[in-house]
Amino acid sequence: MAEPMKIRATLEGDAANIKVLMNHVMETGQRKDAKTGQLVPAHFIQTVVANLNGKVVLEAQWSQAVSKNPFLGFKVKGAKAGDKVNISWVDNKGEKNSADATVS
Amino acid sequence: MNSKRRSFLKTAGTAGSVAIAAAAGLIKPTEVLAVEWNKNAFAAKGVPDALKAVGAVGAADSKDILIKAPDIAENGAVVPIEVTSKIAGTSAIMLMVEKNASPLTADFNLSNGAEGYVSTRIKMGQTSNVRAVVKAGGKYYTTTKEVKVTIGGCGG
Repeated sequence: MAEPMKIRATLEGDAANIKVLMNHVMETGQRKDAKTGQLVPAHFIQTVVANLNGKVVLEAQWSQAVSKNPFLGFKVKGAKAGDKVNISWVDNKGEKNSADATVS
Repeated sequence: MNSKRRSFLKTAGTAGSVAIAAAAGLIKPTEVLAVEWNKNAFAAKGVPDALKAVGAVGAADSKDILIKAPDIAENGAVVPIEVTSKIAGTSAIMLMVEKNASPLTADFNLSNGAEGYVSTRIKMGQTSNVRAVVKAGGKYYTTTKEVKVTIGGCGG
């Protein structure tokens, strides 16, 4: 199930440096279960959307090859302290998660 | 006529109709991307097919793209990668691991003030070139950096 996401958004000059840590297994579908010898089905985040004050600033599409508990860092120009950041993702099983933070 | 050609034509047709709908203002391009995961591009085997699937065939080599990654990654399951594009008007950054079964790893679309910079962590099965592809002003630019992997991060 969807675990909380950690977001840190700090102002550096006139740009917000936004760092996100998501909780997800990011299963490739290539790994075998040690006990059963069966392939563990793929389970990974496919799309990520980041908003700043309601405007889309980043849209990502990911493959299985993004590491477990994915990290995402990006920078947005023209941001101010107090701006609202929203990050959301959807995985290949349709599970979703979303979190908010404030630029400081 | 083989089946590959058929599926390619089918894909091209679908992509075309989406572009037409977007141009007609029926749907905003951002909304298309938000819901659509480019299955064909992520399934592509080998860099040439992946480049074709994202429409970046003939991307020009550029020294204005910097890939920050370890020269040697001890753990292929977690390889930190940072891409900075100094190309004006950078609107997308893609990451490909040339020797992974499916090279395309991530595709970042940047808008509304997002800078030409992304940072993430990826899995690498073996020592390989990591390729960054940047879209700017409708054109594609690319560069690579080799990362040596001592323990693979896929399967196991």
